Parts: sequence; structure tokens; C-alpha cells
Amino acid sequence: MIRSELIQKIADENPHLTQRHVERIVNTVFDEIIEALARGDRVELRGFGAFSVKARDARLGRNPRTGESVQVEDKKVPFFKTGKLLRDRLNGK
Amino acid sequence: MSEKTLTRMDLTEAVFREVGLSRNESANLVESVLQHMSDALASGETVKISSFGTFSVRAKSARVGRNPKTGDEVPISPRRVLSFRPSHLMKDRVAAGKKKK
Repeated sequence: MIRSELIQKIADENPHLTQRHVERIVNTVFDEIIEALARGDRVELRGFGAFSVKARDARLGRNPRTGESVQVEDKKVPFFKTGKLLRDRLNGK
Repeated sequence: MSEKTLTRMDLTEAVFREVGLSRNESANLVESVLQHMSDALASGETVKISSFGTFSVRAKSARVGRNPKTGDEVPISPRRVLSFRPSHLMKDRVAAGKKKK
């Protein structure tokens, strides 16, 4: 399923809303999650999962092509942990 | 860093502000987004949201695990797990957020 299919499904269920409206609603949900993570906040959606930011320490990396050592700076990366309900659903519980 | 946790309520509020539907209807639409994504994933489908990320279902085979407290061996049955791969946009936004502080 891709973004446009998700929008279509929700539009079909809500005939009183225009496609444009549904698009804005769906985009707002995803944008809001990205903005929260960019601020370093967590987003916890019970039953679905939780988005958070993890810190990665600086390390000495290696250019796989040349074998040269390069300093990789510490950074923050997005992380998703699946919620219990969804995890159980994936396994047919 | 003042770390905050957002919930469905915050997403509902954002939709409410953005589109001007009632809070109740905004809440239902947020729930609907999560529900459709969950349904697709439960049926084994990959959910690919451009400029956000990709959720995919991966099968894990059975293996022998260990209770870290007692050291007992316990069989772990084959199962399906969800993996999320953030988009470049999300990775960049999260990485950039740090530098601004």
C-alpha cells in the first residue's frame, strides 16, 4: 500500500470530504510525526507503535571502497517500535 | 532537551487545526489512518509512505532463545515482525534537528 492508496481508502469511507481534504489530513498526520521527531520528541500511538529518536555515538568508519578510515560524527536517527496489538495481529493472534 | 511524548490527541489537534473539522471527526480520521495501515500490514502487505518511510513485514524463522535471568533454553517459534525504514527526508530532518540546538 502506498500513500495515494491510503488516501483513496479514507476518501471512499468519507464521501462528505473532498479528495483534497483527505490528502491534507493524511499528510498532516505524517508531517506532524516527522516534526515531533525533528524536535527530539517521541510519538506514541498505542496499539500501532512508537516513533522515537535514538542517539548514535561518533565512531571511526571505513570507506568500503578505499579502506580509508573516516570519522563518523555522532548523530540522531529515527526509530520505530511496533505496538503490542499490531505485533500480535501480524502473528494472527 | 525537553523531551515530550505526543499521542493520538496531538495528531488529532494538528488535523483539527489544519482542516477545521470537529475534534471528534479529526480523531476518527487519525484512527482511520492507523487502522488502514495496520490492516494492510496484518495481511502481510508493505506500506510505503513516500517521504515518510516504509513499513515491511519480515518473517523470522524459529530459533533457540535463552532466558537471560535463568539461563534456560526456550524455543522461539517462527514469527512475523514489522520493520520500519525511515525515508531520507525523515532521517535528514531528525539529524538536522540536533544541530539547531
